[in-house]
Amino acid sequence: MNQSLKLSLKRGFFASVLAMAAGGALAETTVTAVMHSDLRVLDPIITTAHITRDHGYMIYDVLIAEDENAKIKPQMAEFTASDDGLTYTFTLRDGLMFHDGTPVTAEDVVASLKRWGARDSGGQMIMDVTAGIEAKDDKTVVWTLCAPFGPFLETVGKQSAVPPFIMPKRIADTPADTAISEHIGSGPFKFVPAEFQPGVGVTYEKFAEYVPRSEPSSAYAGGKVVNVDKVRWVTMSDSQTAVNALQSGDIDIIESMPVDLIPLLEGDDTVTVEQRASTGFQTMGRMNFKHPPFDNPKIRQAAIMAMSQEPVLAALTGSPEYYKTCGAIFGCGTRLESAAGTETLTAAGNPEGAKALLQEAGYDNTPVVLMQPTDGPTLKAQPVVAAQQLRAAGFNVDMQPMDWQTLVTRRASMDAPQAGGWNIFFTNWQISEIANPIGNVMVNGRGDQAWFGWPDDPTIEDLRKEFIDASTPEAQKAAADKIQAHALEFGTYIPLGEYNFPQARRVVVTDMPPTPIPVFWGIKKAEE
Amino acid sequence: MLSYTIKRVLSVVPILLLVSVFVFLLLRLTPGDPAAIIAGDQATPEQLERIREAMGLNQPILTQYLSWVGGIMRGDFGTSLISNVPVLDLVSQRVMPSVSLAVLTMLITVLLAIPMGVIAAWKHRTWADYLVMSFSVLGFSVPVFLVGYVLLLIFSVKLGWFPPQGYRPLSGGLMPFLDRAILPALTLASIYIALIARMTRAAMLDVLNEDYIRTARAKGVGERRLLFVHALKNAAVPIATIIGAGFALLISGVVVTETIFNIPGIGRLTVDAVLARDYPVIQALILLTAGLYVFVNLLIDLSYPLFDPRIRY
Repeated sequence: MNQSLKLSLKRGFFASVLAMAAGGALAETTVTAVMHSDLRVLDPIITTAHITRDHGYMIYDVLIAEDENAKIKPQMAEFTASDDGLTYTFTLRDGLMFHDGTPVTAEDVVASLKRWGARDSGGQMIMDVTAGIEAKDDKTVVWTLCAPFGPFLETVGKQSAVPPFIMPKRIADTPADTAISEHIGSGPFKFVPAEFQPGVGVTYEKFAEYVPRSEPSSAYAGGKVVNVDKVRWVTMSDSQTAVNALQSGDIDIIESMPVDLIPLLEGDDTVTVEQRASTGFQTMGRMNFKHPPFDNPKIRQAAIMAMSQEPVLAALTGSPEYYKTCGAIFGCGTRLESAAGTETLTAAGNPEGAKALLQEAGYDNTPVVLMQPTDGPTLKAQPVVAAQQLRAAGFNVDMQPMDWQTLVTRRASMDAPQAGGWNIFFTNWQISEIANPIGNVMVNGRGDQAWFGWPDDPTIEDLRKEFIDASTPEAQKAAADKIQAHALEFGTYIPLGEYNFPQARRVVVTDMPPTPIPVFWGIKKAEE
Repeated sequence: MLSYTIKRVLSVVPILLLVSVFVFLLLRLTPGDPAAIIAGDQATPEQLERIREAMGLNQPILTQYLSWVGGIMRGDFGTSLISNVPVLDLVSQRVMPSVSLAVLTMLITVLLAIPMGVIAAWKHRTWADYLVMSFSVLGFSVPVFLVGYVLLLIFSVKLGWFPPQGYRPLSGGLMPFLDRAILPALTLASIYIALIARMTRAAMLDVLNEDYIRTARAKGVGERRLLFVHALKNAAVPIATIIGAGFALLISGVVVTETIFNIPGIGRLTVDAVLARDYPVIQALILLTAGLYVFVNLLIDLSYPLFDPRIRY
């Protein structure tokens, strides 16, 4: 008996045993995926973690959503805006129901929007100009502003990091800083609490009562038609294990495939490696504006001048196929893309120019405390390369290795670097999160109220206001261009280019929407 | 024996109390912030502070400690700061994979290592002894992750005999369980076989030189009976000690093997909790592990009279 026949018989035997044990549930279709991270936090409003947002898209629905052209379309609700831009009316469509069987009402929407507005940075900006959000009747929500907010629909319909997912009122009434303990949405999949094991996996079942929109699916908008019975996300902390599991058919998808393991899949015609979406992530560096040497704008400019994206990206991804240099702080390929001020970054850097600037600024060799996380596959390479580039320009770099948890604690410290603070660190963002001045938290210039690094920059705040007040896309683009030019001159942050790890999937799984955020409606799975 | 057992059980209380204080302080002094994990990358310092407040992390350490210990007295080990799942639920989900893997590993180990050690001692300084000792050195020297990957490559990827990862509970049937557990158990067993075979050999060599063995031989006792009844029983005390300690270690700390074979055990839960600074989970796991070690050591001590009637409590 040859080996493959033996294997087939053995697998067949075990499959039969399992099927009998499961009461003949062979007809059930389950898509199993290893996601980029392990799902632990289940509240998609309290956290900006991508995996929790992805979980949100499984079980919750949104009022309005972006289509594949980044246009805002109705999802749970049709919408209208008054001519003066002060009143937005949302009318819920028929057939919307939560997973506990109760209908979705305008009261649920109001409570959900208020909780989101208390937590999300864009939501908070809208709330600053909100006169009221009211349920006019069971199906109608009226949102009244006291001043126009240009990117209102784009912010309410944004895809990341915290979209305003709609929950039942009793859950949405939970304070925004306290995690919810019940996970009921009205989305196309239901969360299965009994099968949720943090660190192991989570299961979603098709919500049979979900009524998709009639339009074809288009990114996060259109009909969310579910073609499988279950989706299971499993955690595999070892990438090699995940690859083995994919090849053996234990799993169907690896969302973020390590580039160095791709050769293992070459020649395996049951598996394909692909770029699911055209946009990926921006990697960046952030300096601390509170302490020397980066409290000096000239020294911040020198740091930007010292750096070159190419070596950083090469170290991060390992293959030019999966990165591109890009200086646009709002991302390349977005409608606000601009390359102003990034000539040295996207070229080979200018260490000599940086040296001259340091001299001009009177740099006194103050150590630059650079925090280097050692435990994140997408976070540990950048600091090493950047440190070398800074040293080449004459900076005295004190690179301090630590785990990511220590880094995120330490970066919240406003103390001097010698007293437990820091000077520079690096992280990554999904392009959709930084694609405009509302979502991009790094361009917040409100000093101690700003994101870590705390730039006190009234100019950028004025420019953000100009963006918010802009009533046309052209005016918004003009304001965004000014922000880009100012941010690179001021040293608001250092964009270090874009990368996008590919996805690996078994070929029997098809029709996965090509969205930056992995969504599981539309997916089909053929029998093997 | 009863009073000894009661005394030993009561001695657990101060041990666990000391462990609880030590672990609690150590975790609070280690940099890290579970609120930052929950809030995500975009949270501002102000938002982080509000989440810390809501989680009770800003309370004085003594208040936090007393509240935790008070909960344990009531059988409540708290709730995971990250996933909001009760700690005992998290631990109970992970115990069975670890225990069943440990039992299978120990079964394989004992079945192979003890005969190997006995034979090595019996055939001292012959090719059989050298073979067993060579395997033992190899078992100690080759890292467990390498053994795991080699077994995976041969038996899963190349031959396709076993699935490469995952865990099926015993309740789902013996064959599905073994199908997934045999490779990780063999991986783990490699080092324990090396250890216990070596220990058995050393203990047996000591015993085989005793006068009573020579006497037994002179009286015509068969070699098999001589080795496995007369000699092994007397050599069993140190072997039992090693097996017990190894069993406790297997349950509490086989992170690498659990990771390679994707087994949802206690080891991975511990590492994940440490990386996320999930204080209640880490504290509970360390307390339970300490309790497990004390319990296993007690069982080992109580088993000694079975092997050596001279030992009395």
